Amino acid sequence: MLQSIDVGVRTGSVTGVLGPSGCGKTTLMRAIVGVQIIKSGSVLVLGAPAGDPSLRRRVGYVTQAPSVYGDLTVHENLRYFGRIVGAPGDRIEETLHQVGLEDFAGRIVDGLSSGQRARVSLATAMLGEPEVLVLDEPTVGLDPVLRRDLWRTFHALSERGTTLLISSHVMDEAEACDELILMRDGSILTTGTPEQLRLRTNTQSLGQAFLRLIEEQDAPA
Amino acid sequence: MSPRIAAATALRVVWQIRRDPRTILLLVVVPCVLLTLLKYVLTGQEASFQHIAVPMLGLFPLISMFLVTSITMLRERSSGTLERLMTLPLSKLDILVGYALAFGIVSTFQALAISGVGLWLLDVDVTHPVWIVISLAIINALLGMALGLFLSALARTEFQAVQFMPAFIFPQLLLCGLLVARDQMATVLEVVSNALPMTYAYDALERVASPGELGPEVGRDVVVTAGYTLVALGLGALTLRRRTE
Repeated sequence: MLQSIDVGVRTGSVTGVLGPSGCGKTTLMRAIVGVQIIKSGSVLVLGAPAGDPSLRRRVGYVTQAPSVYGDLTVHENLRYFGRIVGAPGDRIEETLHQVGLEDFAGRIVDGLSSGQRARVSLATAMLGEPEVLVLDEPTVGLDPVLRRDLWRTFHALSERGTTLLISSHVMDEAEACDELILMRDGSILTTGTPEQLRLRTNTQSLGQAFLRLIEEQDAPA
Repeated sequence: MSPRIAAATALRVVWQIRRDPRTILLLVVVPCVLLTLLKYVLTGQEASFQHIAVPMLGLFPLISMFLVTSITMLRERSSGTLERLMTLPLSKLDILVGYALAFGIVSTFQALAISGVGLWLLDVDVTHPVWIVISLAIINALLGMALGLFLSALARTEFQAVQFMPAFIFPQLLLCGLLVARDQMATVLEVVSNALPMTYAYDALERVASPGELGPEVGRDVVVTAGYTLVALGLGALTLRRRTE
């Protein structure tokens, strides 16, 4: 249940949605992708209402739990999703490289580690080179090196003009975002660049900044 | 709808089934074994065996496709892949037609195996061309598939989906005329049986099992069965939702 959400995301930016689990990050992202039934309000993506058929080619969504076929190989999954979005065949190799799975193309997805499965799921969303990528906790369970590599990929995509909306509950990932949306209890605590948030709260790290904002919110007026 | 995406979906489903050789074996071997068992249970009652065997050639594919499809679709829902597909540029019809093609292919193999065993090894006697029997088996399988697709939406777990077989298929087996001719049932039951899809699927099989000219009734049965299949697919499409809570 989200309330009084009013927020915009700049085209071509990496925007982080940060907050504890259960704060509404997933619901917000589902609303943006257009799979969430919303009671009131409107969500506009690339000028069209969220979930509009014209957006299905332009918006990529990766759910928190990997949503790929566990009984197929990595390559078979990519081939199927690639056919749906009409991606050319050589995109599969390219995407596998981007997520660091080029050596696992022939492996059955169920036999992979959870981090690898998450990357297969990410790769399927990247195949069609959507203009907007909505990623729900894409780096959960990944080792630090892979996390760094994926964030490099995200920034490379954003330099090419892709808009990325990435949720996370890890504060050090917030530093890597251009813009942040901090959420708590189904509403937005604040938004801004990491620099702005630190300055506004007079703190050194974003973790501290988040705590400071919560304390301010909870303080009796 | 896009034939390219429907074909890709069919291929994907066939590939998934191919990854599970034990299921393929069960789908093909179990009906053949059951038919053989029936033959020996009815030793000395050749007429009864002949009467039941041909309908069985169609009812086995119906039941197994019902089960396999409802579980496959349930998995598609619970794994989140259905939700992902719903965010992609494909139509609901692409998914349904893809499934229909895939299970059509699988059920063709099943129908060929069971008809082969029945007609050539167990001496099931059909006076009509073999292709009619095999076509009816495939039509039955497609009805089972469509019912499975639709009903899978009502199941939240695989346990529930499996229970749908006794809940939805068994009553139809009891009423379709296999055990007791429908005109000998209580009027209420006969009226109910008139509304059930398997009644027509069975009726066509029974007519083909009987010697003598095939009347236009078989054609009517096939049309009604196909109609129910399309209605179930349409209802199945309604259960594929782009937006959820």
